[in-house]
Amino acid sequence: MLEACRVTCSKRDRVLFEGLSLNVNAGELLYLRGPNGAGKTSLLRILTGLSAPDDGCVKFAGQDIQQYPKDYYRQLLYLGHKSGTNGSLSALDNLGFWLAQHNVQQNQGTLYDTLAKVGLVGLEDVPVRYLSAGQQRRVALSRLWLKPARVWILDEPFTALDVKGVAMLESAMNDHVSKGGLVITTSHQLLSQDAGEHRVFDLEYRF
Amino acid sequence: MSLYAGIFKRDLHIAFKQKAELVQPLMFLLMVVTLFPLGVSPAPETLQRIGPGVIWIAAILSSLLAMERLFRDDFQDGALEQYMLSGMALPAVSAVKVAVHWLVSFVPLLILSPLLAMFLNLTYDMYIALMLTLLLGSPLLSLVGAIAVGLTVGLQKGGVLLALLLIPVFIPLLIFATSAVDSAALQLPYQSQLAIIAAMLLLAAALAPFAIAYSLKVSQN
Repeated sequence: MLEACRVTCSKRDRVLFEGLSLNVNAGELLYLRGPNGAGKTSLLRILTGLSAPDDGCVKFAGQDIQQYPKDYYRQLLYLGHKSGTNGSLSALDNLGFWLAQHNVQQNQGTLYDTLAKVGLVGLEDVPVRYLSAGQQRRVALSRLWLKPARVWILDEPFTALDVKGVAMLESAMNDHVSKGGLVITTSHQLLSQDAGEHRVFDLEYRF
Repeated sequence: MSLYAGIFKRDLHIAFKQKAELVQPLMFLLMVVTLFPLGVSPAPETLQRIGPGVIWIAAILSSLLAMERLFRDDFQDGALEQYMLSGMALPAVSAVKVAVHWLVSFVPLLILSPLLAMFLNLTYDMYIALMLTLLLGSPLLSLVGAIAVGLTVGLQKGGVLLALLLIPVFIPLLIFATSAVDSAALQLPYQSQLAIIAAMLLLAAALAPFAIAYSLKVSQN
């Protein structure tokens, strides 16, 4: 469903990867592995269309994502290193404004339920910058339950999460995949049983 | 349309949560204008001569202070990435953000301007001319400034580069604006200067959103 055809990316005169082809189907969890600096984040940003590859193209459902971004972005949920939450807004406001931008209708009750599910009961109205790093990550992750997107691209989603949070996220990925979704994730820790079956893709550090 | 109204509301919301950042450029402007009579000369005629220039220079410098705020937070916390992945038209998003920036940083300045005009002993005609040039010129500052902010937002210490990029661009505006107020002081017509500023504004309004969107895209790479 999501396909990278012969993409090349170089940063500061160093080629990160060259002619890389990758095909991820619906109902598949791809676990992207590699040492620091191998280009995992660069690859994910190319797959989302945030940065353009030096060469090659990315296709979603057979269509080039640079030419038909609208269909792709309706189905895409990307969580990067930066959480995309504003520190002076509360979790509730952050999610509300984000959902409005992504044209998703959810009522206030669902927002409260989702925040409760990710373990933020009673913290809905606190400005996000007063929350701990793990809690901030949970605010960002609650989007997974709110936007009905088929493609999840998650860059180091486990950062700052506690054991319970990791288990919750892994089972959410498993759920999503079993419903025919597609997950691409990077992480430096191994995925556990909760994440279900997954394909591993190794990126090597090149000089 | 409601999508863009959502961004408008969000930005206003954030601006009013960060009140200190809102007030800082205004305080800077007030300080510069009040210090000039003390530093130069408190003679009413001198003040009247330098007044329009002082107000305009102070407005440009204080706008530079507030300019970086336009995209800095959104870039650093990743909200900009999320905008780009929402399928909304980026030029329209930039236009809305610039509009909010103008509302929260220049409208207070316009409201403050009668007070500044009194400080510097401007006549009623000069004040009207000053008001008109500020009304036409300040959106131009926001629009052109936003392009430079978009280009420098990914850099560390982009502030210096921002000032270097923008000052030459603002010089023609300053020349026409102060010349309009000087003409008003001499009871001469100043429509031509206003027309030139308005033309610059219209050109910027038509093209700047696309340039801002492009510069933000470049900053993501």
